Amino acid sequence: MLAKRIIPCLDVNAGRVVKGVNFVELRDAGDPVEIARRYDDQGADEITFLDITASSDDRDIILHIVEACAEQVFIPLTVGGGVRKVDDVRRLLNAGADKVSMNTAAVQNPRLVAEASGKVGSQCIVVAIDAKQTSPGKWEVFTHGGRKNTGIDAIAWASEVERLGAGEILLTSMDRDGTKAGFDLPLTRAVADAVGIPVIASGGVGNLRHLADGVTQGRADAVLAASIFHYGEFTVRQAKEYMRDQGIEVRL
Amino acid sequence: MSSVVVVDYGMGNLRSVAKAIEHVAPDAVVCVSSDAAQIAAADRVVVPGQGAMPDCMRELAARGLREAVIRAAAEKPFLGICVGLQMLFGHAEEGDVMGLEILPGRVPRFPEAAMKAADGSRLKVPHMGWNRVHQAEPHPLWDGIADDSRFYFVHSYYVEPLDPAVIAGSSNYGIPFTSAVARDNIFAVQFHPEKSAQSGLCLLGNFMRWKP
Repeated sequence: MLAKRIIPCLDVNAGRVVKGVNFVELRDAGDPVEIARRYDDQGADEITFLDITASSDDRDIILHIVEACAEQVFIPLTVGGGVRKVDDVRRLLNAGADKVSMNTAAVQNPRLVAEASGKVGSQCIVVAIDAKQTSPGKWEVFTHGGRKNTGIDAIAWASEVERLGAGEILLTSMDRDGTKAGFDLPLTRAVADAVGIPVIASGGVGNLRHLADGVTQGRADAVLAASIFHYGEFTVRQAKEYMRDQGIEVRL
Repeated sequence: MSSVVVVDYGMGNLRSVAKAIEHVAPDAVVCVSSDAAQIAAADRVVVPGQGAMPDCMRELAARGLREAVIRAAAEKPFLGICVGLQMLFGHAEEGDVMGLEILPGRVPRFPEAAMKAADGSRLKVPHMGWNRVHQAEPHPLWDGIADDSRFYFVHSYYVEPLDPAVIAGSSNYGIPFTSAVARDNIFAVQFHPEKSAQSGLCLLGNFMRWKP
């Protein structure tokens, strides 16, 4: 059967990997291609680059990183951050990305999801949803790196992007991101049950138990984490061995 | 030295396929091309493919590459990947189009009713991620790859060959399905060897050495 995926995520700022806590404090964690290779060696199932470069002058740096990565790392690569138009999607795919993730632009212009998936295929289009709990059992979509509340219901939005042609959802809990308190499991479960496309759980992983919980309780198809891998707390292989011991099917 | 053309008909991540082949066959001349003459002159041909089957068939025809691909599949080491596998068959449920009809069979979608995991949870479509491939029989392209190794898949449709003798590999996702086919000089896979880490690179290396 299909293995549950473990996806290390690299936040890239002007060509360097960084990781923020609650999207604010940034710490330098190294060269993206070198880190991607290390994760590939450890058995990562995919790599995600999230380009958080603010300055538009530095935007093309990510394309060179994607090109270099595609020459050395032979597992799927997803790239997100700053994707605004179909042409941005094309440029990233041509550089060697396998999937492109869009977030704020999809909320501002949902037609972009339909247009992009119509042009390059659903399998290349990931919609990233940043969600925050607003009341018990209710989550809303935030954009602009978590700063702006759209008031849109996160579960309804997930179903809508599926209808528009997204091939996958990258679901991040803004309440948990950077906290190491574990995924928001009710949120993950609610979205995973609502859609027929794969859901990647993100935000809050602090230990290996959290990764397993995302799959068993959150019913995520894949789990994404950054800091537990970047700072050498655990290798991807250790994470997979742990998950296997919990009865979860993984690629080892 | 061996030359290989990765057929460019405007669909999919060709760069990754070319880079992976360069990685395993550094002496080979690897060329991404939409030129029928170049395809005809190459020692080996790879037809990748991503996205919707109707778009792929339309783009192939629009670039005048239908005949070149059919001829390559008839006479030289030929590797089809993903839609490059699906287009070898006949009727495709996606967009209700016909493929190249080189191999008899059809291309249905994963049936909604069968998309249930053992624990009752829903199996998602597209089938995306790493699944096992059971090797139906020994084949030079499986050399050095353990049976039931995992490869990376992304697809919502699968091939159903009429002739079971062409089945080279099978996988399971709600239902058992054919994930690799082989006949004479043709080998074609539903998964993406260029994205399947060591096992995928091994298969591409085998293809570059293959003398059918």
